[in-house]
This record gives sequence, C-alpha cells and structure tokens, in this order.
Amino acid sequence: MATTIAPVTARPPSTPRKTRPDLKDRRRQRWGWLFVAPFAVVFLAFLILPLLYAFQMSLMTSTLATGTNFVWFDNYAKAFTDPIFLGGLLRVGRFALIMIPAQMLVALAAALVLDNLSTWASKFSRLLIFVPYAIPVVIGALMWGFLYSPRFGPAGDLFGLLGLDSPDFLAQGSIFASLVNIVTWQWAGYYMIIIYAALRGIDPGIYEAAVLDGASGLQIALRVKVPMIASSMVMVLIFALIGTLQFFTEPQVLRAVAQGAIPVSYTPNMYAYSLAFSYSQFNYASAISFALGIVVFIGSYFFLFLTRKQSGLK
Amino acid sequence: MALVTSTPAVPDGDVRRTRAVRAGRTGGRRIGSHIFLLVLVIYFITPLWWLTVASTKDTAGLFTGSGGPLWFDDSFSFFDNIAGLFQHQDGIYWRWLGNSFLYALSGGVGATILSVLAGYGFAKYRFRGRNAFFALLLGAVMVPMTALVIPTFVLLSEIGLINTIWAVILPSLLSPFGVYLMRVYTQEAIADELLDAARVDGAGELRTFFQVSLPLLRPAIVTVLLLSVVGTWNNFFLPLAVLSDPLLLPVTVGLNNWQALSNAGAGGEQVWNLIVTGAFISILPLIIAFLSLQKYWQGGLSLGSLK
Repeated sequence: MATTIAPVTARPPSTPRKTRPDLKDRRRQRWGWLFVAPFAVVFLAFLILPLLYAFQMSLMTSTLATGTNFVWFDNYAKAFTDPIFLGGLLRVGRFALIMIPAQMLVALAAALVLDNLSTWASKFSRLLIFVPYAIPVVIGALMWGFLYSPRFGPAGDLFGLLGLDSPDFLAQGSIFASLVNIVTWQWAGYYMIIIYAALRGIDPGIYEAAVLDGASGLQIALRVKVPMIASSMVMVLIFALIGTLQFFTEPQVLRAVAQGAIPVSYTPNMYAYSLAFSYSQFNYASAISFALGIVVFIGSYFFLFLTRKQSGLK
Repeated sequence: MALVTSTPAVPDGDVRRTRAVRAGRTGGRRIGSHIFLLVLVIYFITPLWWLTVASTKDTAGLFTGSGGPLWFDDSFSFFDNIAGLFQHQDGIYWRWLGNSFLYALSGGVGATILSVLAGYGFAKYRFRGRNAFFALLLGAVMVPMTALVIPTFVLLSEIGLINTIWAVILPSLLSPFGVYLMRVYTQEAIADELLDAARVDGAGELRTFFQVSLPLLRPAIVTVLLLSVVGTWNNFFLPLAVLSDPLLLPVTVGLNNWQALSNAGAGGEQVWNLIVTGAFISILPLIIAFLSLQKYWQGGLSLGSLK
C-alpha cells in the first residue's frame, strides 16, 4: 500500500490538497449518489412507503356499513386503551427484562471463559455454542416443542432418573420460562461471538499491568475486560431489545402444541397478525404495528441515550 | 505456579508466562473453565442431537423408541423417511427447500450487493444529503421489520404481487444494518489516499471501486452476505403473511403447517417422522456454510461495534 501512495506524494503539486472542493471534485462526489441509489430505491419502496402507508391506514377505519372513514388518532386511542394490546406490550416488556439478561449472562460468561483458553477444546466449543444461530428460528422452536412435549421429549426420562415427575413445560404457568429458554438457546451463541471478537481485540498488555498489580482472574474479567467491550455489549443489548419487543415466531410456532397456554394475542405482533389475517381489520392492525414500532423505536433510542457513555456514541 | 513460570531454567517459560498473563489466571482453574464449557456445549447441542437421532426413527419409534428420545431406535428409518418426503403430497417438501434456497440466495445476494454499493458510497463520497440520509438509515435499523409486514402485504396486494415469489424476495433486499456494517468497514479498510492514487493513475470511479476497493472489502462482504442469507432463510412472518399458495412456501412455513396439521389432524395427517427428518435436512445447508466460512465471519460479526 505504501508503495502505491508514494508516487502521489512525490508528484509535483498539480492537484494540491488545499483546493479540494473544486468543480472536478464536486462532480466526483456526485458518484456517491449513484452508489447509494439502488439501495435508496429499495429503502423508499419497502421502508418509507410502507411506513407512510401504514400510518395513513392507521388513521382510518373501514366497515362494511359506513365504508372507509378518516378518524384521525382514534385507532391509537383504541390501541393504547385496548387491554389485549397493553397486556401483550407488558408481556414482551417482561420478556425483555428476563430474557435479555439471561442471554447476555450466558454469552458474556462463555465469551470470557473462551477468551482465557486457547485449547482445541475451547475452539471446538466456541463453534458448537454458536451453531444454534445457524438454525432457523422456526425449526428451533419446532425442535424445542418436541423436546418439551410429554409424548416425544426426553424430560420424562431425565426427571424419571431422579425419581421425579417431569413438569409440563407447555402449561400456562411454565410457558414463559420455556420461551425464555428457546430464545436464549437460539441467540446466546451469536452474542457470544460478537463479545468474544471484541475481547480478542483488547491489547493483552493491559492485563499484564493488572496481573502485576495482583488482580485475580475474576477481577480482570469484570473490572478490565467488561468495561473495555462496553460498546459491543450495548450493540448486543440493542439487538436483543429490538428482537424481544417484536417477539412473534417462537410463540406462534409453539401455539400449535400449547394452545391453552398461548392465546392468539400473546404478543403485540401476534395480535396484529391475527387482527389482519383472521379478522381482516387491516386499519386497526396497522395502528397496532405502528404503535409497536414507535414503542420499539423510542425504547431503543432511550436505551442508546442512557448508555451513550458506555457505547462511545454521541 | 508463579515460581515455575518465572524460573529461567524452564525453556518455554516466557511463552507460558505470556499465556498466563493473557489468561489472567493460573493453570489449575482451567479445569473448571473446561467443565463450564462442557455444560454449555451439552445445553446447546442436546436439541440438535435429539433432532439427529429422531430423524432416523419412524413415527412409532418417535413415541416409543427402544432407546428413549436421546438414543437411536432398533430400526433405522432415515432413508425410509427421506423416501417419505418424496412421496408425501408429491414431494412438496423438496419444492419448499428449493424455494428457501431461491429466496435466501436471491434476497441475500441482492441485499449484499445493495449494501456494498451504498456502504461504499456513504463512506467514500461527500455528496449532498449524505448525512441526512445516513441518519435516516440509522433510525431504520431500529424500526422493527415485523412492523412493516402488514403494510407491505397491503401495498403488494394492491400492485398484484401478493402470492408471488417477488413478495418475499423484494422486501428481503432491504438491509439497513448491512449498509451500516459496510460503511463502517469501508472507512476502516480503505484509505482515501489509496483511492486518490488510483484516480491519479487514470482509473475511473467504477474501475477504482471494482479493482481497488472490492477485493479489500471481502471479509465484510462475506459477513453481510451470511447475515442477509440467514435473515432471509429464517424469515417466517413475511412469507407467512404474503404467501398462501403451498407450492411457493419456504421450508420454515411449510414445516410449521405440517406441524399444526399433525397436532390438530387425524391419523392420516400426522407426519411427525417427516417433520423431524425435514427439519434435520433443512438445517444442514446453513450449518455447513457457517463451518466452511468461519475465518470470514468470526471477525466480521463484531464489525458493528467498531467506533
């Protein structure tokens, strides 16, 4: 690289840096739009347009008797007083509070342990822990549905070894924990890889100083390593938060085997889906989708704001 | 321990000490670390082991196998199950698998091409409106994609694209996070001086991009490609909403339908062995892709957290 740069600096100053924003340069900068244009088209067609359209739809009602009417924010007033929507929102909030720390804890612990080791066993484990990420969420949920099932699953045998009755993982009281487990299983490995890569990027010289000061392994992990990878942790948290608030696939798939425990409106997304496709209430469904989108958007921005110091974002 | 490693008589003392420093702990505790890893690996692998074993059983074996759910049955029916996948509903399963490939590859490759171009444009040119557009894009990373499914459905049905392959492929081309990753990586990996040098040597903007920049972006391209292929392959909500023709379904929605039917339906519709074997086969391509492309994505996945 250095050799290709050298001739430039050695060249007589025909294109001096100071007169950079000249006409030729400005014309060149327009190339940027050409590079961005294909994406911009898709961005407009499948993000901005649907968003605007959803917003417009959410401001109307449509009934057979009266046709389509413009009702301003009635649908939103209805949504934010709809106990089903609010209940779903509360539920995904509870999922966020339990599920995200669970995933982060597993991912962080695994990454810290893996960072300390350089054996073949640790490399192999790193891959195996990551593998669930490569499995479609639907297949993962189907698989766990089988494992939870008293008819197919190994739980009966495993608990039988201890002389216990197996709990019913698909009952109303336990479905929450069962879903937390599925999501943790599916995503912890992916988050682990992100955190692990960040840990690998730390200069080991820093630990040397800490060791000389007599810090223990645990102290180094918690006081040196974790603060240094804060921006990766924030990114992982944001992913997890956005994913959790739009919780849909896992409960939708498990519903087939646990109908009693998971109603059609278990999460806001499932509610919107059933409103749109079972009851053809597209206007109200759009309002629910849009309201959920706003909640997610504000939630993640608020979170980014709270953690702006840790993440280094301004 | 400290004594041993600091004794100069030990030939590889230096190596070991740096490793101990890197680790920040002493050797004895490594056993504990390995046990912890073993527990984790068992947790993450057990469902896959169950799936592997279960794909070799017939329906009766799934319920009352001689070896229990986590071990092989006396009869080995893996190939019977595969034959069953070819027979059941005229082998629609393979059609689904093909659809998944089509959607994931066209959506994934398309999204990657758009991301690479746009990321490069954002990183290397200061065009009018750049900062505003990029801020909009960063906001879009936080828009939940599922919130777009219902409006996308309504829009697509108005232009008559619902229930066609385009209803799945076109929305999959959108990947704001891919653009963000490519921009961050391009800024780090390609120096402005390098591009200036190419221009001074007479290369046009396109030639500079294809011959100078593109090769340097390879690790990020593979990462974005993997992420978008996985995203499309995983997609469930969108195809569930926009497709109703059974022949167009991807394997995820198809297997979910079989499962719902088997749970609700009578004996003839119960195809548990086919669901399990179908699920097993459908996870192989991505696992193989990830294992064979490790060296690219392992570093690449952390890109987004670069400052």
